[in-house]
Amino acid sequence: MSERPHFVRSQRMTIVNGILVFVVLIVVLQLWLLTATMNAYLGGDTDIVWAAALASLGCLGLNVGLLWYLYRLE
Amino acid sequence: MIQHGLQTPRDLDRQTVPPDGRPLAEQPKWRRDFPIDWAQDEYVSRRDLVKFICLTSVAFVAGQFWIAARSLLGRPGAAFPTVAVATVDELPVGGAKTFSYPDEESAPRLLVRTGERSFVAYDQQCTHLLCPIVPARRPDVSVAAAEGGLQLHCPCHNGWFDIETGQPIAGPPRRPLARVTLEVRGRTVYATGIEEAAT
Repeated sequence: MSERPHFVRSQRMTIVNGILVFVVLIVVLQLWLLTATMNAYLGGDTDIVWAAALASLGCLGLNVGLLWYLYRLE
Repeated sequence: MIQHGLQTPRDLDRQTVPPDGRPLAEQPKWRRDFPIDWAQDEYVSRRDLVKFICLTSVAFVAGQFWIAARSLLGRPGAAFPTVAVATVDELPVGGAKTFSYPDEESAPRLLVRTGERSFVAYDQQCTHLLCPIVPARRPDVSVAAAEGGLQLHCPCHNGWFDIETGQPIAGPPRRPLARVTLEVRGRTVYATGIEEAAT
């Protein structure tokens, strides 16, 4: 069983800032994905909607993983 | 109170750090009475921001799956009524008529006679900004398609659609017109359904 990482506050601050950048980038990607999917769906193209939904779910998993890591730092 | 003799970074974590970084003893009395650990406060607020953005991420996933569910449930192939919309003799070749389908409350449709026994009908609203379309000949192109180069024209922004397929061929529209399926029985033209436009 791995030990929990012990970082001092200044190190944790760097980590939380880095994670914040990643999470924002991923959410912007999800926003683009949602816009593109809605555009395709309203245009009558339904081929990509499930693939896009799974991709968005993957992004959420990544975000939740990063958040979980952040809480684990405490 | 300021603490001296702290050695490790972990001990430093336990210090209350005012916003200007100076020792607590040099701070005004009100701040010494109510010290706020600004570094810790900033850390917690950043972490909460990450949490809030993750909630936004959940909302986006919900939106994606809502679209996916609609793609399964939607377009159920609704049964459209068969409605007489015109007689063959009513329109000359190249002539057009508007009608509402499937009922009087529906969006306006445009029926165009393209030949002796051939008719087409589409949504009358342009897929760009919903201006009404009209049959017209393109002045800039010698189109041999359809009857004498007749196409569908949106005069608002000079958009053009192919009269045989409803596909956009010029101007700002990017999506095709929804087509009304027709049947000619005897001397009467009937609308029988609506085909959603496929890009």
